[in-house]
Parts: sequence; structure tokens; C-alpha cells
Amino acid sequence: MSSETTEVHHEDHGHGEGMTKKKIIQIFLVLLGITVVEFIIALWLVPSGKVPIHWANPIYIVLTLFKAFYIVAYFMHLKFEKIGLALCIIVPILFIIGLILVLTNESHYWIDLRPKIG
Amino acid sequence: MSVQVSPIDEVKTTPWSGGRSPFNVEYGKMMMWFFLLSDAFTFSSLLIAYGSLRFSSSSWPAPDKVFQSVPGLLDSGAPLVFVGLMTFILILSSVTMVLAVEAGHRLAKKEVLWWMFATIIGGFTFLGCQALEWSHLHHEGFWWGTIPNAEELKHLFTGGNEATYGTYAQQFANLFFTITGFHGFHVFSGVIINIIITVNVLLGTYQKRGSYLMIEKVGLYWHFVDLVWVFVFTFFYLV
Repeated sequence: MSSETTEVHHEDHGHGEGMTKKKIIQIFLVLLGITVVEFIIALWLVPSGKVPIHWANPIYIVLTLFKAFYIVAYFMHLKFEKIGLALCIIVPILFIIGLILVLTNESHYWIDLRPKIG
Repeated sequence: MSVQVSPIDEVKTTPWSGGRSPFNVEYGKMMMWFFLLSDAFTFSSLLIAYGSLRFSSSSWPAPDKVFQSVPGLLDSGAPLVFVGLMTFILILSSVTMVLAVEAGHRLAKKEVLWWMFATIIGGFTFLGCQALEWSHLHHEGFWWGTIPNAEELKHLFTGGNEATYGTYAQQFANLFFTITGFHGFHVFSGVIINIIITVNVLLGTYQKRGSYLMIEKVGLYWHFVDLVWVFVFTFFYLV
């Protein structure tokens, strides 16, 4: 938080170029739109039987990942950072995917254990 | 003929040759990113644990049955409406935060102040909503280690073996309060950090410094909180 550390950055960073007010509003509308779509699926399409529940869940997850992309890329500005920094943040997410794969596999095994536990 | 410089004496100027940040970001901002990555691991572990427990269960409390009240207005019959409002508030406060960052780039102190103020209000509103939601569930009988009686549980499930309802409702309650609680704690600390930074803006600290980079750093944290909520919302309220 000392002033000398920020000066270096201030001169040559061009982070302002990505986000204008117009762009911010656009991203906001995208996020809002995706959320509205999720609500339409949850409150109308699934209860009326137009979309079966085992389809709805993957759709929710894909829509959520879209929202996550827009927040990280635009609001958190990662899209406009150097590729090296972006990779430093994105690549370790592979560990999370790994944990998802391991634990989904494991929970399949737990299903078989459950009835015996009672 | 000019003097030949041998290759070994040439001063390299590539990004990774030292003397400057190869990522072209200030130290604090990079560390904020790394902290957020570690925090992402923590939240992922919690959510994946929730997912695998739920995946291995033969039944689970249906979200549109558990969350169908608007505290203070409706006791039932409005599934997901209240959490929709909370999601909207948090996304909105994320937008005001980016607008504060944008105003900071233009060194517009008054605008930064106004947008930071709006962000703090949004944060407090979200926390208030969450408190209402928690107390509503608590009144229904849910808490860490506590669940409603068997008769009431029947209304929260849509099928499955009734004998197992208690086990799964308890897992749901523990996971719900732990994960939304951990997220709420992040929102709370985010609001506190925002207040501290806003006081600094008010005192003109960043105007004197000639850079509102600090707003960007707390902004990163605030957006991360919003990002986590997007996932909590999907996996607790929709799926």
C-alpha cells in the first residue's frame, strides 16, 4: 500500500481500454439475462414437464459457467491481463476438475453402501 | 563500422528478463489474484463435498419446497423468488463496483465515492436478506445438527424412502448453513474492506497517490464473492 509500488504500474498499464460504461451495462444485461433464463427453466419449463429434470441440471451448470466466464473475464478484467497471469489463474482450475471427477466416481460407490448403513 | 557487442553483453529487455513485472500487474493485485485462487479451492472443496454427498443420496429436500417463502411477506408459494432478489442485489453491487473501478481510472473521486457507497449498500442488503433467510429456515427447524420433525419433512421431499429423510435433511441443513455461512462471511469481510477503502477515498489517499488501483484490488475480491454466489445459487437453489 505504499505509493512507490503503484507508480510503476500506473504509467504503462492500459487496463482502462477494456471496460467502458456501455460495456459494463452490456455485461450486466448478459448476467441478468442468463439468471432470468435459469428462473424460467426452474419455475415454468421443469414444473410443466416441457424440460425433464435430468436435462435441466446440465443446462443450469452450463449457464452458470457462462456467468462465471463473464464475471471473471470482464468484471475481474482477466481477459485484458497478460496471458501469463490469465494462465496462472486458469490452469490450476484443473485441480478442481480433478476433484470433481474423483468425488463423483466415489459417490457412485457410496450409493451402494447407503442401504447397508440404513 | 560500429563497435560489435558480443551477444553475452547485450541487455535483454524481454518481459521475463527481470527489472519489471512480467505480468504487468502491481504486486498487490497479483497477490490478490493468487489469494482468490486459493479461496476458489476452498469453496470448490466445500461445494464438491456437497455435490458428492447429494449425488450419493437416494433423495434430497427439494429446493423449490424448502425455499418458497419471502420473509415478511409470504410464508409459502413463492419458490426461489427471495433468492432471486438476493442474486439480483449481488450482481447489481458487482456492477456498481466495476463502475467505481471505471471512475477510478478517470481519477473522478466523487464518482468513485458514490459507486463505492452503492456497493456497500448492496452488500449490506444482501447480508440482511441472508439473515432473514437463515432465521426463516431456523424457525422451520433447520440448523446445524437440527431438523424439522418427520411430519414436516414429508412436505419437503418429492419421493424416496421416508425412513431416510432425516439423514438427508440433516446433511442438507449442515451443508447449507456451512456453505452459505462461509460465503456470507466473505460478503461481510468484503463490506468491511469496502468501507475501509471508501474512507480512504474520502480522505483523498488515492487522489494524492494519483492511482485508484486499491479500488481494483478490493473490486477483485468483491467480484469473487459474487462469482461464488453464482455457484452457490445454482447448486443449492436450482439443481
